[in-house]
Amino acid sequence: MSLIHLSSPHVSKANATDRVMRLVLIATLPALIALTIFFGWGSLIQLLLACTSALAFEAVCLRMRKRPILFFLRDGSALVTAVLIALAIPPFAPWWVVVIGTFTAIVIAKHLYGGLGNNPFNPAMVAYALLLISFPAEMTQWNAPFVLIGDNWNVLASFTDSLVIIFSSINHGMIDAYTGATPLEVLKHRGGMTTEEVWRNDPVLSQGVFAWYGISAAWLMGGIFLIYRKVFTWHAPFAMITTLFVLSSLFYAGDPSNFADPFLHIGVGATMMCAFFIATDPVSGATSNKGKVIFGIGVGALIYIIRTWGSYPDAAAFAILLMNLSAPFIDHYTQPRSYGHARANRGIGGGK
Amino acid sequence: MTRIYSFHGGIHPPENKRQSLGAPIRQAPLPARLILPLQQHIGKAATPLVEVGDQVLKGQKIAEPTGHVSAAIHAPSSGIISYIGLQPVPHASGLESPCIVIETDGQEQWCELHPIENYRDLDKKELLKHIRDAGITGLGGAGFPTDIKLNLSKDHIVNTLIINAAECEPYITADDALMRERPNDILTGVEIIAHLLQPSKILIGIEDNKPNAIKALRDAIRERNLPIELVVVPTRYPSGGEKQLIQLLTSIEVPSGSIPADVGIVCQNVGTAAAIYRAVIHGEPLISRIVTLTGFALGHRQNYEALIGTPFSVLLEAADVDRSKMFRLVMGGPMMGISIEDDRIPLIKTTNCIIAATQEEMPPAPPAQPCIRCGMCEQVCPATLLPQQLYWFAKGREFEKARHHNLFDCIECGACAYVCPSNIPLVQHYRFAKSEIRNEEAEQLKAAQARERFEARQARLVREELEKEQRRKERAEAAAREQARKKAEADSVSSDTPDPEAELKKLKSAASIARTKLKKASEALKNAEEKGLDGTEKLKETVAQLEEKAAAAENAWQQATGAEQ
Repeated sequence: MSLIHLSSPHVSKANATDRVMRLVLIATLPALIALTIFFGWGSLIQLLLACTSALAFEAVCLRMRKRPILFFLRDGSALVTAVLIALAIPPFAPWWVVVIGTFTAIVIAKHLYGGLGNNPFNPAMVAYALLLISFPAEMTQWNAPFVLIGDNWNVLASFTDSLVIIFSSINHGMIDAYTGATPLEVLKHRGGMTTEEVWRNDPVLSQGVFAWYGISAAWLMGGIFLIYRKVFTWHAPFAMITTLFVLSSLFYAGDPSNFADPFLHIGVGATMMCAFFIATDPVSGATSNKGKVIFGIGVGALIYIIRTWGSYPDAAAFAILLMNLSAPFIDHYTQPRSYGHARANRGIGGGK
Repeated sequence: MTRIYSFHGGIHPPENKRQSLGAPIRQAPLPARLILPLQQHIGKAATPLVEVGDQVLKGQKIAEPTGHVSAAIHAPSSGIISYIGLQPVPHASGLESPCIVIETDGQEQWCELHPIENYRDLDKKELLKHIRDAGITGLGGAGFPTDIKLNLSKDHIVNTLIINAAECEPYITADDALMRERPNDILTGVEIIAHLLQPSKILIGIEDNKPNAIKALRDAIRERNLPIELVVVPTRYPSGGEKQLIQLLTSIEVPSGSIPADVGIVCQNVGTAAAIYRAVIHGEPLISRIVTLTGFALGHRQNYEALIGTPFSVLLEAADVDRSKMFRLVMGGPMMGISIEDDRIPLIKTTNCIIAATQEEMPPAPPAQPCIRCGMCEQVCPATLLPQQLYWFAKGREFEKARHHNLFDCIECGACAYVCPSNIPLVQHYRFAKSEIRNEEAEQLKAAQARERFEARQARLVREELEKEQRRKERAEAAAREQARKKAEADSVSSDTPDPEAELKKLKSAASIARTKLKKASEALKNAEEKGLDGTEKLKETVAQLEEKAAAAENAWQQATGAEQ
């Protein structure tokens, strides 16, 4: 008999990071299904492409960093990043867009900073911001949801057509028939029209907006599932959506012909995905409950500001990156009050 | 009914309590050899009163407390002292420590006992001394000498007496069994404690997973019509932590760095209450305790009444251990207990549970993954800390920041490590950081003391130098005076009329020299005062002296001139 000496506790909950990541992957399923229903096979192909390339980049990085490859590949964090990138970019973007995206996310935003747990910025959002700035044409080329083109789903490109569109380098003549602007783009580039006129005249808003609402609902569903499974807390998403809603309500109430209504703000674009799948990233976000609320408020406010007065129609990636920058600072000032202390500690400590 | 409050966080680990509650408390066998560590409590190790070869009786005091915070140790059975020296003891360090070893003779011959007929008539000091003499320490976990806690009413007002019956750690059922079988022992013990502390309220806090113990206690309280309130709290680890139980029952938080008595609360464990009862009513010192023997490597998982000093191996054998299956041996609970490598170590006063676990039961922790700051640890921390941040600071050796995040309020309950999805041994990191900070502090204290010593030495050298100078001056002056006197004598002998002209000149120059000296000194003083330098006191003294001298010289000259004219 040989007994071992170990530090307490001697038992632990069957709980693992890969389980957490698996739950996150499951929670993205509704959004994947919704995207496929409304926009065709593109998202699924992007997803497979993103997962393959992300795992490959992750394995190469781990090997170069002399880390156990299988042990870290199994934690699933690369897959989560890949899925989020794939579902955020236009479904029929050329293949190299998503590969560059995963490269940026895995190699630059994650491993160059020390790998899982050490990245100050959300890798998927670093990748998205880089793609948006570098390839604005490809990144804004969303196809229209089927409801705008025909009566049913069959009007969208078939699976093989989708593959051809994504992998061929020729001019995408095939998809020209399908491309259209997103609701936020329509609103951004509305010229002199009032919001109401845009709503009435543009089919993207008058007929197609429910496709985007449907996708947001799918993200929301996944998010609620994750809160229910205690993967993250409600603080950041709730604070972010509330802030966005309140801000847009205020401006909409003040001048309804110039500002978009609050439901559009939370119902289209990346709002729901950002609230539940990006702002909740524990690695790059604030860590205490109070900090998460502040983080969420910041993201919500920045999204509204950039969408309304900035030059990009959507703003989730920029808002998240800016708040990632502030997260350590927020952490220093949002320590909870510990048991037996009259007040919470403030500041970084050490220098006093 | 008392309202039940809540504490932050907490977890629900599998209880595993039922397996050791199938049978009543059983008497453990008398071992051939009893090993009694001199340090079984918080405070200083006890001082042995016996020597090798001495014959001792059951209950005889064999070591007495050293100083105030310490506890006596008694012979758990009759026999001969065979050895006094280092032995392996149950301690997280795994180091050996001084012990008294008794070879038992099997007679179980008691020494003379001194039960107290009516403790209420006895002076409280006497009663406390009696409890101290019985070597009673807290039986719940830390092992703090009980008489000190019971003497708190002297300088604290005790409002609430809380009897801790929560027993929140998985596996452990020693208190549960005691409450089921001997509720009246506990209640009499509580009465004695209450007599000493005179609290205005007595609460017994118990988790709702012990229905039989609750019933036994409730019936006994009702039967004896005692002013004790039994408060049933929800089962949530670590509700039995002293601070957490206080928060549950009173909503009061013990301020960081204070003891519960500072907020008018004293906590005692049920086992301690029963030990007090035995010491006072029967005169028996603390020589045995109830210990849970459990874990799937044991055939008989149940509670045993075992003598303090019984080696673990004897207890394991009694419980029918299957050593081939035993993978991990833990003293205490699975959350905060320490793992034992050597089963020859003895049962001590604080050993409430021994878990002989199989590999399936307590498998080695899987390799740690990186921390993703998921915050699950934060949600369960009963001290409302940020364990994820503390982990980064401990790992990065940023101890000042760890401190700023209240590292020292961590009670090491292990809830964070239990829920960590990355399997990070968080508590180990905190223990490391705490010990590093303590070492650093000790170093700093040492350095500060060394500096103080050095500065004191420097000051002494300067002072000595000055004194030497002073003495030299005094000697010179004395010599000069002596010479002057001799000269004067000689002069008066040789001629009664000294040269008045020369004398006058001398006096005049002496007066002017004194004046110049005085002027220089006062300038120096002024200078020093303006610049705020040290040692102005000394300069002032010098100036005052010079003033006197100058005045004297001036006087002498004036007088001389006056006489001349």
